[in-house]
Formats: sequence, structure tokens, C-alpha cells
Amino acid sequence: MTLDSKLSILADAAKYDASCASSGTTKRNSREGGIGSTTGAGICHSYTPDGRCVSLLKILLTNYCIYDCLYCINRASSGVQRARFTVEEVVNLTLDFYRRNYIEGLFLSSGIIRNPDYTMESVVEVARRLRVDHGFRGYIHLKTIPEASPALIAEAGRWADRLSINVELATQPDLDRLAPEKNLQRIETSMGAIKGRIDEFKTERKKFSNAPPFAPAGQSTQMIVGATGATDSAILNQASHLYGKHRLRRVYYSAFSPIPDASNKLPLASPPMVREHRLYQADWLLRFYGFQVSELAGETAPNLDLAVDPKMAWALRNPAEFPVNINRAPRETLLRVPGLGVRNVDRILAIRRWHRLRVDDLVRLRVSLKKTLPFIEVADHRPSLIGPALPAPAPFKLKQMDLFGPPVSVASGQL
Amino acid sequence: MITLTVPPTFAGWRSAARKALQEGIPPGEILWEEAGGDAPLLDLFTLEPALPASIQSPVRVPPAFMELAKRVACHRAPTRWAILYRALWRITHGEPHLLDVFVDSDVHQLMGMDKAVRRDVHKMRAFVRFREVTHPEGVWSVAWFEPAHLIVELNASFFVDRFAGMRWSILTPDRCVHWDGESLGFSPGVDRSAAPGEDAVEDLWRTYYSHIFNPARVKIHAMQAEMPKHYWKNLPEAALIPDLLRAAPGRVAEMLSRSLIKSAPAESRETIISEVADWESLKESASTCQACPLYKNATQTVFGEGPRSARIVLLGEQPGDQEDIQGRPFVGPAGQLLDRALTEAGIDRKECYVTNSVKHFKWEPRGKRRIHEKPNKTEVSACKPWWKAELALVRPSVLICLGATAAQTVFDRDVRVLAERGTVVETVHAAKTLITVHPSSLLRISDPEQREHAYRRFVEDLTLVL
Ligand code: SF4
Ligand code: SF4
Repeated sequence: MTLDSKLSILADAAKYDASCASSGTTKRNSREGGIGSTTGAGICHSYTPDGRCVSLLKILLTNYCIYDCLYCINRASSGVQRARFTVEEVVNLTLDFYRRNYIEGLFLSSGIIRNPDYTMESVVEVARRLRVDHGFRGYIHLKTIPEASPALIAEAGRWADRLSINVELATQPDLDRLAPEKNLQRIETSMGAIKGRIDEFKTERKKFSNAPPFAPAGQSTQMIVGATGATDSAILNQASHLYGKHRLRRVYYSAFSPIPDASNKLPLASPPMVREHRLYQADWLLRFYGFQVSELAGETAPNLDLAVDPKMAWALRNPAEFPVNINRAPRETLLRVPGLGVRNVDRILAIRRWHRLRVDDLVRLRVSLKKTLPFIEVADHRPSLIGPALPAPAPFKLKQMDLFGPPVSVASGQL
Repeated sequence: MITLTVPPTFAGWRSAARKALQEGIPPGEILWEEAGGDAPLLDLFTLEPALPASIQSPVRVPPAFMELAKRVACHRAPTRWAILYRALWRITHGEPHLLDVFVDSDVHQLMGMDKAVRRDVHKMRAFVRFREVTHPEGVWSVAWFEPAHLIVELNASFFVDRFAGMRWSILTPDRCVHWDGESLGFSPGVDRSAAPGEDAVEDLWRTYYSHIFNPARVKIHAMQAEMPKHYWKNLPEAALIPDLLRAAPGRVAEMLSRSLIKSAPAESRETIISEVADWESLKESASTCQACPLYKNATQTVFGEGPRSARIVLLGEQPGDQEDIQGRPFVGPAGQLLDRALTEAGIDRKECYVTNSVKHFKWEPRGKRRIHEKPNKTEVSACKPWWKAELALVRPSVLICLGATAAQTVFDRDVRVLAERGTVVETVHAAKTLITVHPSSLLRISDPEQREHAYRRFVEDLTLVL
């Protein structure tokens, strides 16, 4: 099989992994030798017509897999075409692409061949050769197999900027049904071990600037949405648990899509794409806006509203919190106003020390007046009435949101 | 009023601004003019740390302002020098916090220019594509890039950090930067023809690009927001975009037909189809549509036709026998009747866009003839994305629904044409949406007097949208 056909198959198999981030790692350059640099901010070197950024060479080492996770296109029982790269091929491909400035680095994942350790060894070997033999200073993200031995995971963290283990489904009963080989307990144990090493590295780094790094860009995970009955509340609670306990940098959400000749344990239809989008918004609110899961998706309404964004939905449920005075309210309160993002909140805080904000100023800040005005007071505006005057939720627009994703799995190459 | 002619560089502006400030010349009295010449824009190695020390003034200029000024100096707008000086003046004359007031008009303009420059710097880091050429000393990597602003100097150290072990040049129309493995050099801008041709690895890169793309999630606008079209000509992968888009609906239709979803695949195709921006690609995608079984027994897809700027769109039911053979809508007997009625109503068919709710001919054999059969709900809804995309391109002010199938697919409900004909309402598709009968229904009336009467009413209906 030619390199070109392998690349087609193994890129196809990797594309349903949502992550392509190359940010948040330590700063490096190649002035002392080797090749590559990282600045801390990621760079998207291209964009595909699906609107996604191409930052890393995102491929599987192989899509052969001995496991049979029902939602995955690479599962043992799937009829998909298989291929396998050699370690050498991945190393050269990464360097060839990097030297031409196509990519920031490599995101390597793999189906499980022979056994978890064997697979993990090959994945780690790619990273080791890049770092040691070629002095590669670019970004490396490795997907980690929770069943692999701790020594291998430790070595992976030694070479990689980021490690990830996909949780896939929010609860163990869901995993038991769809991915019988996966065990939440074991996944969490591995995440905990990775967190421990990252913490150790951070402490060491304070003492010795040349302490060997360990996954300086942290760890991330991905959850499939809509393959089981798990509610948004369950999914967000799991995310918030993982952020808190294992200090994950990111949780990615990926809308489930039915796959050809799928098992009858899977639903026939995918969830609306907008659900994935709402989960990302809610996730953002948890991490940067001081919201709790229970405020966004609680017992009475365990799923996010598809028609309005979660912050607006919260505001509509809590009219007593409004109006907020833009010229006086503290940061935490401003962050809860629909239509105000972190950046604009910080700008407002800087501006209002010198100048009382008016509606015109909000226009200059490109704040959406339609969203924001009903909830705020500025020098020349107060909302007439809170309650009846609140905007009716916009009708749920179908355009821009594909209700049905691809009929192949959204999850692939998840180790 | 005095005119200050400065080299269009940060250093040039800075020394002039420093003098003007020492002399106490207010911004309103200076006219800033750019001197010609090809001086380097930023003298990276001789920059002094900050202005205040050198102007011997107790007033401090925040370092943030100098950083900002360095970047704004790389913007192409000739007004930048005057705005920078005005801001500097205000900062040193009682408004030290000026930069915090983002909504101030000067600050807002500076921030806007700064943002444009920073974005350009970022895009250069992203979109430079090296091609390897052989050179007496070994491999040399050469790229051609067209920056929006004068950022080559500003960005050079990024590329040195990243590719210090390589030898490379980045050519641009403004300035060129070279790294020979040890030192950095600049030279005047060159023409595109100086850039090297293909690099063999680009084929692999294109393979990667087309396979990492998910045809089921087309979002062209999101892509173009980050990768505007003017960058495309220098990106080897961008040449694939039109083909990827053209093939996407077909790839999805094929995936969907293999999938287990039996109900309503139309919505997902709708998103994809609605993103296909030009009519030719739309027509081409429709020509391979297999989203419902009707394609199997028909000769070809009969897509709409007419000017893309038409004010009026006519939507029928489906192509008939003649249309199926000729591949054009409304060319059979019903079409001829329609032409006549339109003329009588004072409408020129050549100025209308004419299409159908369903794009393939559905028929039953009767002897040697193919007899029209009404499309069912599933087929009508499978075909809906096509006419919706046509309407989204044409954006008519008038939409005429000919017959029940058209009216039902437009209004998404059961429409009794005889009861509702002749009503004009506003819909999302057109300000005036009219329901009337299908001309073929007139052909089926055998009594000549009744037929004539029905024809008159049809013409009357058509005049309602004039
Ligand atoms: S998710 Fe991973 S382990 Fe499961 S089948 Fe897919 S590739 Fe194999
Ligand atoms: S009738 Fe419409 S939906 Fe069905 S195959 Fe033809 S073009 Fe596609």
C-alpha cells in the first residue's frame, strides 16, 4: 500500500476526534539546535470546508483494533478498510510537513493492536524519535491507552505536550453497554496518575528550570453526546468532576452519529448538532464565567435549551438578578449578563474607571444590543420592564446546524 | 501648520514625534507625510526601550503604548502617524490612562489597526508554505507570501525561532527575508515569478487535507472567516476546496443511503447544499443526487433555469416526459401553456427563474407511454433542499407556487389549492408568495368552455404579483 493511501485511510479514521489544539505548552525554539518552536498560542495552518482548523497532523498509527466499541468506525467488527503506518513513516511525514510550515506538530492516536502495551509502545516510540533523534521542538499530542502500563504512560508524558484519554460516555452503565472493554475507574486512575506527574513536574520546574517536562499542555478528554440517554446535566457533571479532580485542560464534546450496519443497541438518529454547541457554551460558562452545573442544567430541566444559549436561558429563568448596572456591578455579575464575553467585561472594567458607559460605547465594543439591553442599565438606558419585556427566545434555526451528522462514527481511534 | 516628512517606519516616526513633543507642537498643527524609499520598517536591533527617558520629560509613556505603536507603524494606512502622535500627545498631556478607554475614538482606531496587523502577523505564520529547492550549499526552503501589511521585519524572528536549523527565504512584494542558518538578511520586494514552483510533498499534504475534511459538516463561512479567499492562491491545498464542496453533497447522500436513517435525511443535506455558493456547482451536485429513489427511472435531473437575478420564481411540481428528455423545466405542453398565460399576464418568461419541487420525473408505464405519477411526501421532502438552495441564490421578491405539490412543500402543510388559490402572502422565501393551479391541470379539463374559464382565472392569478 502506498504512503498516500495509508494517509487517506488513517486521516479519515482520525477526523472525528474534535481536538486539534496546539496551544498552552511551554515556549521553545530551535536556536540551540533541532527544529521547531512553540509560542504558547496555537496556530491554525489551514481550514477545511467544514470550518475546522488544521493545526496538527492528526492521524492514527493504525486503524486495526482488537476492541469492539460499538460507536467506533474502527471497531473490530467494522468493515472499514485498514492500514498501518510504520513508526518511521509517521516520523518522516511529521517532519516533512513541519519543514514546509503546514503544521504545528503531531496528534497521534491508534487502534489497539495485539495488546495495549504493544500499541502504546509504538505510539511513544514515534514521539521519542521525533524528540530525541530529530530534536523536534514542535507540538505533540498523544492519545493514551488507560490499560497501558504506568511506565509507558510516564514515557509518553515525557515527550508529549498533551496527553488525552477519552472518557467517551459519561457513565459506567453506558460504557458497559457500548464499550464493554472500557472502564471508567481505570480511566480515572490513569488520569489521576497523569495529573500527579504533571503536578510533580510543575513543582520541580520551580526548583530547577531544566527539570524534565511532563505534558506541559496538560490532559484533555472527549465525550460522545447522544449515543445513550445521558442528559446534559449528567455530561456536564462528569465534565466538571474531571476538571476539578484531574485538572483537565479541555473536555471535548462530539455529537454521536449513527454508523453503517450499527448494532441495535445504538440509537438510529443523531442528536441535533446544536446540542453539541450548547454543551460547549455551557462548558465555557463553567470554566470562565463562574457558573455551576446545577444553574445551567438542574434536576427539573436536566437538558440545555436548544433555542437559546445557556447564559440567556439562565438569565430568563432568573429575572430577579437583573437589571445589572454596567457602570457599577462587580466582575462576577457582569460575566452573567447575556451577550457580554470575558474580553468585553474586562474592557468595561478598565473603561469605567474613567468614563461612564453609554449605549454608544457598547456598540463600539460590538456588544449585541438585542441580547444585552433588556438586562442592563447604562448611563442613558434602563430596561423598561423586566419580565414581559424580556426577548422571546429566538426560533430554533435549522440552518447552519446539520441535524444529522455523518453516518459514520464520530468517535474513532479513541484508545 | 507644519509638515513633517518622515520615513514610513516606526523609528522615523518616533524621532520626529519626540522632537515635536519637546517643542510642544500640538497634534492639530502637524501634517504628517511619508517619505519614499525602501528603508527597513522596523530596526529591530537598535530600538530604544522607551520614549520617556530620551525626551527628558517627567511624563511617562506607558510601555504598552510603545509596543502598540510599533505594531501600528506596520499598518498600511497613511493616517497612522497622525493618530499615533495625537494619542501620544494626549497621553503626555493629562490623559495617561488613555489606552484603557477602548471606546475613545483615537484609541478605537489604533486598536483597530493593531488588530489588523496582529492578525496579519498571525496569518503569515500560519499560511507561509515553504517549497524546497536545491542550492549549491544544499536544500533551501523558499516561500512566497503576500502580507496585507508591512510585517516582514516584525515577523522574522518567529521564523528564525522555528526554523533556525534550516536555510530559508520568504519572498513578498514588499520585503524579502533570508536566513542562511546563521544570520538574518532583508532585501527589497520581488515579483511572484521569483518564487519556486511545486514541491513533491504538496501532494501528500493535499491528500491529508481532503481526508481530514468531514463532508457532513460543511461550514464554508466559518472557513472563510479564518482563511479568506485572497490567501487561497498561495495555499497548495486551497485548490481542492471547490471540488471538495462539489463532491460533498454526493458523498453525504451516499453515506446517508448506506446508513440506517430512513427518515428525513433532507435536513442534513439541506445544510450542506445551502452552503454551495454558486449556481453551477449546485446544478452539478443535483445532477448526481440519489437522495430518493426517483433518480433510478428518470433520464436526468431537471434543474431550474432562468436569470439568477430574476424577480419572479415559478415553482412547479416535477418534470414531465418532455422535460425529462430535454433536461429543461416546463418545455412540454404544460410549459407552452404557461408561456402563453405569462405573456398575457404581462410577464416575460425569460425574466423568470423556473424550477420544480421535485427534480426527477416520476412515471408509470402505460403501454408505450410514460404516465406522470404524483411524487409522494418522502420524495418531495428529499428534494426540498434543492429548490430551497435555488431560492436562496435567486432571492426573488415573488414566488409563484404552481399546484398543490409546490404549495405544500413551500408552506409545509396541506394546501387545498382550489380553496386557497389567488392568495398572496409573505413567506421567508419571497415577499409575495402566490398559490395558484398547475398549468397541466388546465390541460386535463375536457370541456372547452370550462377550460377557457379556468385559463382566464389562471392568468388573473398571475397578474396579482405584478
Ligand atoms: S474506540 Fe478505540 S479501542 Fe474502541 S474500537 Fe475504536 S479504536 Fe478500538
Ligand atoms: S427527486 Fe430530488 S431528491 Fe430525489 S433523487 Fe432526484 S434530485 Fe434527488
